[in-house]
Amino acid sequence: MCCLTQSVKITSDIDSVRSEIRDNSISVIDVRREGDYKQDHIPNSVNLPLATLLSDDSPENVLKLVNSMGIDNETPVVVYDDTFGALASRVAWTLEWIGHSNVTLLETTYSNWKSLGLEIDSKIPDISKKNHSMNLQSNILATSDYLESAKTRDDVILIDNRERLNYLEQHIPGAMSLPYRTLASGDKILRSKEDMKRLLDNRGISGDSEIITYCGSVGTLSGLAYYALKSAGLPNAKLYVRSFKEWKNLQKPTIKQEDANYWDLSAE
Amino acid sequence: MTVSDLTHSSIDPVSPKINWARIDEADNFAETVKLYRQGKYDEASFRRFRLQHGAYGTRMTSDYAMVRVKLPAGEIYPKQFEKLSQLSEQYSIGSAHFSTRENIQLHWVILEDVSEIFRSLAEVGLTSREACGNSVRNVMCSPLSGVCCDEKFDSTPYALATAKFFLRNPMAQSLPRKFKFNFTCCEKHGMVRMVDVGLIPEIQQIDGSEQKGFKIFLGGGLGNKSFVGHQLEDFTPEEDLLYTSIAVMRIFDRLGDRKNLARNRMRYLVNDMGWEKFQNLVLKERAIVRATQSVVTRLKVDTTPNKIKRPLKISDETGGSAPDGYARWLKTNTIKQKQSDYRSVFITLEAGDITSNQLNALADIIREFSSEGMARTGFVQNVALRYVHEDDLISLYSKLIQSGLAKSGALTMTTPIGCSGTTSCNLALTNSHRLAKEIQRKFLELHLDEDEDLTDSSIKISGCPNSCGQHGIATIGFFGGGGRLGKDMYANYQMSLGGRFDGETMLGQTCLRVPAKRVIPVILKIIELFKENKKSDDTLKSWIHRIVNDSEDSAIKSINDIKKILEPLVVPPTKDDDPDFYLDYGSDTSYHTKTGKGECAA
Repeated sequence: MCCLTQSVKITSDIDSVRSEIRDNSISVIDVRREGDYKQDHIPNSVNLPLATLLSDDSPENVLKLVNSMGIDNETPVVVYDDTFGALASRVAWTLEWIGHSNVTLLETTYSNWKSLGLEIDSKIPDISKKNHSMNLQSNILATSDYLESAKTRDDVILIDNRERLNYLEQHIPGAMSLPYRTLASGDKILRSKEDMKRLLDNRGISGDSEIITYCGSVGTLSGLAYYALKSAGLPNAKLYVRSFKEWKNLQKPTIKQEDANYWDLSAE
Repeated sequence: MTVSDLTHSSIDPVSPKINWARIDEADNFAETVKLYRQGKYDEASFRRFRLQHGAYGTRMTSDYAMVRVKLPAGEIYPKQFEKLSQLSEQYSIGSAHFSTRENIQLHWVILEDVSEIFRSLAEVGLTSREACGNSVRNVMCSPLSGVCCDEKFDSTPYALATAKFFLRNPMAQSLPRKFKFNFTCCEKHGMVRMVDVGLIPEIQQIDGSEQKGFKIFLGGGLGNKSFVGHQLEDFTPEEDLLYTSIAVMRIFDRLGDRKNLARNRMRYLVNDMGWEKFQNLVLKERAIVRATQSVVTRLKVDTTPNKIKRPLKISDETGGSAPDGYARWLKTNTIKQKQSDYRSVFITLEAGDITSNQLNALADIIREFSSEGMARTGFVQNVALRYVHEDDLISLYSKLIQSGLAKSGALTMTTPIGCSGTTSCNLALTNSHRLAKEIQRKFLELHLDEDEDLTDSSIKISGCPNSCGQHGIATIGFFGGGGRLGKDMYANYQMSLGGRFDGETMLGQTCLRVPAKRVIPVILKIIELFKENKKSDDTLKSWIHRIVNDSEDSAIKSINDIKKILEPLVVPPTKDDDPDFYLDYGSDTSYHTKTGKGECAA
C-alpha cells in the first residue's frame, strides 16, 4: 500500500517533461500506432502501441516489453497518447501492475503538444535493454470473480466510464455512470485536483471506499478514470481491466434503463 | 519559454453583452442535492427548488434531470455553443436539444452533476435559472427581429431588458404557475396570441412625433385546454411596457388559481373572469403601479446597435460552383433581410436534436459567416444565422454540408415539431419525437419542401394532450394517446386541422384518431385531396382554412368530409396480420401506456 499512497503525482506537466527529456532523466513512452510514431514523436520517446501490449498482456510479456524499452525499477516513466489520455492510462496502469512505481501521464495529448509548437522528432532513439524486477500489484486489478463478490459490499463503488447512452442501454447492476469525457478539462487530460474532488464528492465518491472502474472492452476509458480517482486523492481504486465485454461474454447479469426511448433523442 | 506563455485562446469579435449567470447558485444547488439525498429536504420543496433552477425531472427515474438552458431573445454566441458542446459530451448523451421556446436542453443528466453544468454555464454567461417552475420563463423574441422587412422596429432590446428585469426578481419567484413573454418582429413571424403576454412592435404618430410602443396580447396559451390571447389596447407606448407587465403579473399573482393544478395558467383566469373584466383590471392596476412606485422603475433598454462587420476571409472561396442541392436549400432555408446584400439562414435539425460536434461546428460557422457574430434560436427547434452576405452563401452551404447541417426545408412544412415524448418526458404517451423525425425524412425524400403550395403549412406533434409540441396551432396537428384493438394496444394520435398562429390565430379542429404507423400515409392523402380540389392560387393552409370556416365550395366542404375519406386508412389490422403496427416508433416491444408524475404544476 505504501507505494500507492505515496505516488500522489498522476500527471507530469509539459515544462518538467521537456527539461527531464533534455537531462535524459526519464523514459517517455508513446502509445500511438507505429506509423504515427515513425512520422514524428516527442524526442527520445519509445514506441509501445497499445495493440502490441494488448496482444499479450501477461505479466511475463509486459516485463519483457518494459525491459526492451530500457526501463528498470528506478526509471521515471511518462506515458502519452493522442486519445485524451485513455490509451496512455492503460499502459501506465499495466506498468504499475507489474510493480513499476514511478509512472505518470503527460498532462496533455500529443496533438496539443504539437499545436503548441513544442519539440518533435522522427529519430528513433537507441535503447539499451534493462532489467526490471516483477512485483505484481494484484490489489489494483479487479477480475470478474472479484467484482462479483465485491459488488455485494456496501463500501464498494462501481463506476462505468462509457458514454451515457451506452450506460442507459446496458450496464453492470449497481454501477454509476461517469463518462470519460467528464474527467478532462480543456487541454488537460484530467481536471485540476480541486475540480475533480468536487465532481466526485458531489457523486458521493469519497473517503475510504474501494472504487472499481470499468468501460467497454479493454480498460482504456476506465484506466483514465482509475488515474482520475487517484488524482483526487482516492488511492483505493481498482481497474476491472477486461471490462463490460468480458462481463457480457460470461453472461453475468446486466440491467438497463426501462420505459424510455432515449436513443431517439440522440442526433447521431 | 514555458508552455503557459504559449497558450493561446481564440478571441471572438463579439462577446455576450449580458451575463445571466450567478456562480453561487452552483454551490447552493450542489449543497441542496446532498441534503435532499440525506433526507433532510422533503420531496416537494426539493422539486420546487430544482425546477426554479431549471432542472426538470426525467421519465421513470429520479436519478436523472433535464437541464434547460435559457437563451433570452434567442441570442447565442460562439463560445456558448462550444461550452454546450462540451457539456453535452460530459454530462448528457452527446447531443443537445433545441426547444420551441429558445431554450437549449441537456437530457439524461445525473442529478448530482447538475451543479457542475451550472458552474460551466457561468463561465460563458448562461443560466438555466427560472427555465422551469412557476416563474417567468425564457423571454422569447422572433429570430428575425432586427432584420425583418415588415417590422416597425427591433424589439430585441426590449425582450432582453424584460428578461433581465424579471430574472431572480422576488416578484416572479412564486407565481401561481409559469408565465411566458413572446416578443416578435411582425404578425407573420411571431406567436404573440399563444402566450401569456405577446408583443408586436408598433409606431404611432403622436403630436407629430414618432412614438415607439407595442400591441400587447394577453391570456393566450396552449395546453390541455388552449386559448387565443386578447389585445389589451390599440397601442401601448414603450414607457408603459414595464408597468403593464408588472400589472398583469400582480393580478395573476393575486387572483390566479393556486389550488387546481390543471387550471392555473393565466389563460384560465382570463377565461373565467371574461376578457373585458380582466382588461379593466389590468388598466386600473397599471395606473396603480405607475402611481405608487417608491423609486422610478424602468426597463434598462440598451438600444446601442450591434456592430455589423463582415468577417474577413482568409482564402477567397467565392465564385466557385454551387454544390448539389444549393438552389433547393437557398429557396427553402433563407430569407432576404431588410438590410441589402444580407440574408438570414435557417438551420433545421431533426426535431431539434444536435450533436456535440455540430454545436462546435456552429461556433466556427458563426465566426466565419455571421456579420453580427452570434446566432439566434427560432420558434421551431431551429437556429438562424443572420447577416450572412449574399456572396458568402455558397461557401456557407458547403460548410453546412460538411457538418450535416445543410438539410433543406427549414422554412417549410417538412420540418415538423416533435416534443421530447417518451424519449425523456414523464407525461408522454407516445414517441412524438421520433415520429417528427420520420415525417421529415420521408417528406424530404419526396421533395415536398420544394412544393410551394405546402410552404406556409405546419405539422406539430405532442406526445400527450399537454401541447408542448404546439399541435393546436398547426395546419396539421397531432397529440399522442393509446388505441386498442381487443386487448392489443397501439400508439394513436388525435389529429386536428386548420390551426394557425399568425394574425388570424385559431386552434385546429379535431378530425380523427390516426395510429402512429398511419400518420405519414394520412398526411400524404390530405395533400392528395388538396391537390385534387385546390383553386389556382391556393396553398394547403388556405384550402384547409376555408374548410374549417365552412366556406369551401368544392367536393370537400367540411372536416367531416375529410374524415370520411381518411377513415379506411386508420382501421387497425390484427396483430397477426401486421405486428409492426403495434410497436410505436423507436420501440421493439409491444406498446403500452405508462406515465409518471408531471412537473408542470410543481
